[in-house]
Amino acid sequence: MNIHIKGGRLLDPANGLDVAKDVYVCGADVASIGEAPAGFNADRTIDASGLIVCPGLVDLAARLREPGQEYRATLDSETVAAVAGGITSLACPPDTEPPLDEPGLVEMLKYRARSRNLVQVYPVGALTQAFEGRKLTEMSELGEAGCVAFSQGDAPLPDARVLLRAMQYAATIGYPVWLRPQDPNLAAGGVAHDGEVATRLGLPTIPAVAETAAVSTILLLVRETGARVHLCRLSSADAIDMVRQAKSIGLDVSCDVSVNHVHLCDLDIAYFDSNCHLIPPLRGQRDRDAIRAGLLDGTIDAICSDHTPLDDDDKQLPFAEAEPGATGLELLLPLALKWVNETGVSLVDALACLTTAPARLLGLSVGRLDAGARADMCIFDPAMRWRVDSSQLRSQGYNTPFTGHELEGKVLYTIVGGQIVYE
Amino acid sequence: MNRDPQIDSNGKLVHLLSIEGIPRDILISILDTARSFVSVTEREIKKVPLLRGKSVFNLFFEPSTRTRTTFEIAAKRLSADVINLNVGSSSQSKGETLLDTVANLSAMHADMFVVRHSQSGAANLIASNVAPNIHVINAGDGSHAHPTQALLDIFTIRHYKKEFAGLRVAIVGDILHSRVARSQIHALTTLGVSEVRVIAPATLLPSHLSQLGVQVFRNMTEGLRDVDVVIMLRLQNERMNGDLLPSAQEYFKNYGLTPEKLAVADPDAIVMHPGPMNRGVEIDSSVADGRQSVILPQVTFGIAVRMAVMSILAGQSQ
Repeated sequence: MNIHIKGGRLLDPANGLDVAKDVYVCGADVASIGEAPAGFNADRTIDASGLIVCPGLVDLAARLREPGQEYRATLDSETVAAVAGGITSLACPPDTEPPLDEPGLVEMLKYRARSRNLVQVYPVGALTQAFEGRKLTEMSELGEAGCVAFSQGDAPLPDARVLLRAMQYAATIGYPVWLRPQDPNLAAGGVAHDGEVATRLGLPTIPAVAETAAVSTILLLVRETGARVHLCRLSSADAIDMVRQAKSIGLDVSCDVSVNHVHLCDLDIAYFDSNCHLIPPLRGQRDRDAIRAGLLDGTIDAICSDHTPLDDDDKQLPFAEAEPGATGLELLLPLALKWVNETGVSLVDALACLTTAPARLLGLSVGRLDAGARADMCIFDPAMRWRVDSSQLRSQGYNTPFTGHELEGKVLYTIVGGQIVYE
Repeated sequence: MNRDPQIDSNGKLVHLLSIEGIPRDILISILDTARSFVSVTEREIKKVPLLRGKSVFNLFFEPSTRTRTTFEIAAKRLSADVINLNVGSSSQSKGETLLDTVANLSAMHADMFVVRHSQSGAANLIASNVAPNIHVINAGDGSHAHPTQALLDIFTIRHYKKEFAGLRVAIVGDILHSRVARSQIHALTTLGVSEVRVIAPATLLPSHLSQLGVQVFRNMTEGLRDVDVVIMLRLQNERMNGDLLPSAQEYFKNYGLTPEKLAVADPDAIVMHPGPMNRGVEIDSSVADGRQSVILPQVTFGIAVRMAVMSILAGQSQ
């Protein structure tokens, strides 16, 4: 199909472009920008005046809940939610039931996701069998089945010896290791940041040192092994500082944050709002400021949704007993725009954290919008206001700390491989 | 859940969940009301009809004999019907959720729930989900709050010391896990006590205590110097030897209240304990039973304070 996207504001972070230009899509690819290619006949013209046209978002962490947790969400519901959020590629963590530690599970997931023909799904494989932290998974086999990286998800990190060997092995066969840094002993039993809020509410804590102790170990092991490591969901100012220093001495590490942590801090827990029970815990205002600073100076590479669909039964419990996590696929873009509006960061730079940077971390050529690029695109109205509530969200999980908030920015069209998959 | 659920839009107390957030004038009115009930509890016929026809459900998800009994006595002296439920041993173990249990009991036309739960925030969750005519009293949730205990403590302090201004109060022991300590701190700072001190080893202190307006002491003798009130906290058995403390003996040596340590406090200092006491662990028997101890009067006042809270919540104070 030939699509003419007319009159929009084109944002291409990969090329630093923010211009008013038309986009012409031929088949699966972008045929040209600005001028129609010779002999172009549009089958479909999209009037994008007043709208922003950008590469489709690439989300580094979205739980689709298959296999094993279909009562919480399904590929059907979540792939629709993804494209409704303008997301065209996503990585799903291995924390399914069972975890993605066998090639057959990964192949099935890839097959079932492909048959939906919506968002591109890139599974992250389990780093150790059954997340037990003892035996390595068959990373070569899992890689051939479609895994793009290996991770413990939110399961406890293995001890330092197993971690060292897992990193050596992954480096041998050329895969990155994605780790959410948290010392399992220092975090044991905790549910909230060790700050004034947890002190007042009497909640068991996960101190920031649980994160920095793990970052410190991981960075030393990166130096030792030369493995490519991506640190997932950093939450503390000190950990971000450590990554900043590591990058400054040339260590090959990258990191991301969840979009929730760009906006919220432990004060938002208020009177035990279990929607604010997240992993990692929401930390102090100083930490949230450090996350924003880290995004600005490039220490933090990407922002992800950390999408975790849960049902009401998971959340309507005392804070510590509630399941951690929040829905995010459809909030990723509007919450990034909220960050733009609040801080004055440029839209191109903000979108880079949602498109070009995560695409690079996944080793994908998407996340750009120039002639010859794959036509994965998102077209959104940056000014459209909407209120977050369950009736507005397509994800089966609608619990989020932002319930009831009014946000700006709504996706109107999502195009994957030249096909309009959402409008 | 961004508004304090215990105070309605007119500033009226509708639940008692935590001392934090309750204005000084409401605390004082609870104490004044409690004072009027003390005489009731001393009469031949210890009953007033203020809650006649009301049903109070004691909903204890965590075992407790003493607190449940004092609530039961308080409700009965107000002429309420009292239903005791030890939920820990029934529906919850059959898999029913907390809110389902509450919904079922609400359908039995409860007027008031008195809730004890092992999780911080459980009473808040219930209060946020009950019908508007039902009142919730937190009888202890996790490490968060135990507001009626703090109220009876400040009632006791007021009884013996008359004024809060100018007082130095020390709270000694396991602050980290103590809902009692958190509620006491909020009550004492709200009432304008000059100095609230906490005394404990670092392993039993939450990290950001000084932001609650208290002074932290690691050394008991320094912390007790010239105080007017000493509040000892119970040390749970499971915390006595492990990675928090090496032994009960060593704890007693450093933090147990002995006559020698008490000697540095003001000579008229009173000694309090929320009970049940571990004699020889946090307090020496000669202090617990001594001249300065007001531990038993605390229990007596506890009934009057709980009567006051129930009658105020039900809009039926004398």
